[in-house]
Amino acid sequence: MSLLKVTDLVVSYGGIEALKGISFEVEQGQIVTLIGANGAGKSTTLRTISGLVSPHAGRIYFEGRDITDVNTQKIVEMGIAMVPEGRRVFANLTVLENLRIGAYLRKDKTEIEEDINYVYSLFPRLKERSWQLAGTLSGGEQQMLAVGRAVMTRPKLIMMDEPSLGLAPLVVRDIFKIILTLKSTGMTVLLIEQNANAALHACDYAYVMETGRITTSGTGDELLSSEAIQEAYLGKASRS
Amino acid sequence: MFDTLLPYLLAGISVGGQYAMIAVGYTLVYGILRLINFAHGDIFTAAGFFMIYLTASLPIGISIPLVILLTVVLGFVVERVAYKPLRSAPRMSIMISAIGVSYLLQNLMWYITGGLAKQYPVLPFLSQTIRLGSAATKLVTIVTPLLTIGLVVALVMLINHTKIGMAMRAVSVDFETSQLMGIKINSVISVTFIIGSAMAAIGSVLYFTNYTAVTPTVGAMPGLKAFVAAVFGGIGSIPGAMIGALIIGICENLIKAAGLTAFSDAFTFALLIVVLLFRPTGLFGEKNTDKV
Repeated sequence: MSLLKVTDLVVSYGGIEALKGISFEVEQGQIVTLIGANGAGKSTTLRTISGLVSPHAGRIYFEGRDITDVNTQKIVEMGIAMVPEGRRVFANLTVLENLRIGAYLRKDKTEIEEDINYVYSLFPRLKERSWQLAGTLSGGEQQMLAVGRAVMTRPKLIMMDEPSLGLAPLVVRDIFKIILTLKSTGMTVLLIEQNANAALHACDYAYVMETGRITTSGTGDELLSSEAIQEAYLGKASRS
Repeated sequence: MFDTLLPYLLAGISVGGQYAMIAVGYTLVYGILRLINFAHGDIFTAAGFFMIYLTASLPIGISIPLVILLTVVLGFVVERVAYKPLRSAPRMSIMISAIGVSYLLQNLMWYITGGLAKQYPVLPFLSQTIRLGSAATKLVTIVTPLLTIGLVVALVMLINHTKIGMAMRAVSVDFETSQLMGIKINSVISVTFIIGSAMAAIGSVLYFTNYTAVTPTVGAMPGLKAFVAAVFGGIGSIPGAMIGALIIGICENLIKAAGLTAFSDAFTFALLIVVLLFRPTGLFGEKNTDKV
């Protein structure tokens, strides 16, 4: 049984369908990515899974349970964390407080401290800046903090919305390293990316979205070698 | 010179402290909802009437905690009924709703009291006369600033050093991401209304002790001045609201000392205009540290 299963999801904003019935699955322990152009509905998909947006039709199952109508707070409690688009760290809170607020629903004090140290070991830069306000961090550091904050919820599934957006190539490489590290600890990752190349290299399975529909899917290697994908998303000119 | 000014200074600090107790409610709610809670001054007045009706049959020692409790319930209900359903509506709608609540409360008070001024009970403890150097004053004059500073310090500690305080700060910048952390934003918002109303209730006990009667519109002026104080201090900042309120209270009374009593209210609103013109974020207004 897959960890997350989405069936025929339809979402509309003010009469316009952002998702026109998409279905996909995320297997336990894998990195699954949704790639596609701006406006394809990738962010809407994650926001709907998180309960921030209510779907028009379709169902979402997590660990076999129907979570379509469950509220955001319960969904976090069940083990789905989100790293939102644009990082959205709490600029007026310190780095440490941003991590603590990730553990807002948890009551296991000693384990929270352990997890803070774990996040600091993943991102030593955050430890150095522990007492700084998050708003003073660089973009890359904020992204690390947003990931760290999501890890603090002890999720089974971590969803990331464009973690590489607007970051320097070196920082992007670091972020992808961390995604692989999270996978190696048993976490499942659902990743949205415009950086299709990096995402396809990192992922186990990928779905391609176009204007609210899933058009193609396959393993990362399959899609990397597909000419249509290369042409549309990887910037390589067709040779035929 | 000092001897003549001392009573005015004391009165200024005292009335400033009372404005501060109201101003905190404005600034707290604004900090989280970006809403000027126009009903806040009326909640303050309602607290005055609660006191009058409760002391009619209960001893003062029991009435005061009950007044705080009833005011808190009123603030909580107002938020749930008039503001919560508009959470995702444009800011203008919720502001209009706040104005509506203000009129509703005022008219309810007219209806219940029959429009007659009601006698505020004498609180013997706060009204006893004490001597400070050359000045004789009521004990409330000394109690108010001390209580205000104590409560504001406690509130700042709550916001900076507790889990609910951290949640309040998080919700104040980003509803959606706060939800993604598992924070129930409605509970956090209710907490801010509860704190604001409790402070207004305590402020009303201190304020009305100096007056003999309460009418349904009597809260409008102190409410408005507290609002100016919150803007002057930098709306959203709790220490700012207190300092703004103290400055306004002291200035008003110094103007009275100078024999210009008729202009003391005008001063407050002139100050508002000057602040809005030259420093719209106030003394301690939020600086934007967002990085895009």
